[in-house]
Amino acid sequence: MRTGLIAQKLGMTRVFDDAGNHLPVTLLKVDGCQVVAQRTEERDGYTALQLGVGAAKPKRVGKAMRGHFAKAKVEPKQRLAEFRVSEDAMLDTGVEISAAHFLAGQYVDVSGTSIGKGFAGAMKRHNFKGLSASHGISLSHRSHGSTGQCQYPGKVFKGKKMAGHMGDERVTIQNLRVVSTDPEDGLIAIEGAVPGSRGSYVLLSDAIKKSAPDDLPFPAAIVGGDGADAAAEDPPAEDAAESGGEEAEPPAGEDGAEDAVKE
Amino acid sequence: MNTLEKFEAEELAKHGGAGKIPDFSPGDTLRVHVRVVEGERERIQAYEGVCIARKNAGINSSFTVRKLSFGEGVERVFPLYGPRVDSIDVIRRGKVRRAKLYYLRGRTGKAARIFERTTGHGIGKKKKVAVPKTGTAKNPEDKLAAPVETSAEASEE
Repeated sequence: MRTGLIAQKLGMTRVFDDAGNHLPVTLLKVDGCQVVAQRTEERDGYTALQLGVGAAKPKRVGKAMRGHFAKAKVEPKQRLAEFRVSEDAMLDTGVEISAAHFLAGQYVDVSGTSIGKGFAGAMKRHNFKGLSASHGISLSHRSHGSTGQCQYPGKVFKGKKMAGHMGDERVTIQNLRVVSTDPEDGLIAIEGAVPGSRGSYVLLSDAIKKSAPDDLPFPAAIVGGDGADAAAEDPPAEDAAESGGEEAEPPAGEDGAEDAVKE
Repeated sequence: MNTLEKFEAEELAKHGGAGKIPDFSPGDTLRVHVRVVEGERERIQAYEGVCIARKNAGINSSFTVRKLSFGEGVERVFPLYGPRVDSIDVIRRGKVRRAKLYYLRGRTGKAARIFERTTGHGIGKKKKVAVPKTGTAKNPEDKLAAPVETSAEASEE
């Protein structure tokens, strides 16, 4: 199981594919996505990589976190996240992952924080249909209606769908197709929408419900270089047994942090 | 230009950019040549009608063409830069005072007519696009077409 990466959502646009079809795509930017720490079996009980992305002002970073970044010899990062990896997919700290980590045509799962909707009614929040427009209904056309039965059970069951806070929660969208990647600019175009507003960070990983293509860069596509072994990645469920692999041509992803455009 | 705009500009350039698009505006009668894929074969189908709306938004630009097909109004929205739109011919320029001619939807026949525009923007170019070269047609290089001559030519059509 190889690592995912963190990207910033730039916004949505459209592309036309070779057949002339129009595809709505979300553009994501991978801006200096580096390994900040490792989680190992002996020390933490599981194997994972902590990645960081974006550039945080050092002045704005607390002393403890500054020390944490200094240990990995990376610049302070805006957003940190952990990705579970199998043991053979570990990367050294400081290694920068390129947008070529994902291939055009493969499927990814995207997690992010959805846009907050505030206190929303049952119609918006749970797709209730509301009450009738006529038939004697007054002043309560958008209400949820009845919430239970009678003296028995005499209570509202837990989990009853009602009005309440909506959005601003972690949402994962599975099986989104990667339309194209641009390692030079650090761009990934994904078909369809991803959670969150423009400028928010999302986590991308290989789709767990789709088999990955054979020529995925394993353990990762690394910026500037030689580290990427293009060995075939096994399906995520299995442990990728082969380690090392032949030194195939690594994706020539360089200067990903070139134009760090902030919106 | 931010990264998103740059991406859109590149995508637009990939599909030929604004080069293949003639100068047209709502009210003009257009013939849109659309690529139609039928099984293996690809052919070009013409769709002719009045442009009733145009949206200029980079790669998201589109235009709406309305026609009457067997007495039934048909509207098609085309992406301006989509590769399925092979070419666009301007058949006739219309004199309108709205950007969106949605009022045509409720009208047919005489009420739905649009007067021809014979002066104004894009008329010099029109000869290049629509009028076949005849002896009387002006040299296409001559951009400074006098309005009087142009209207005379347009009435010839």
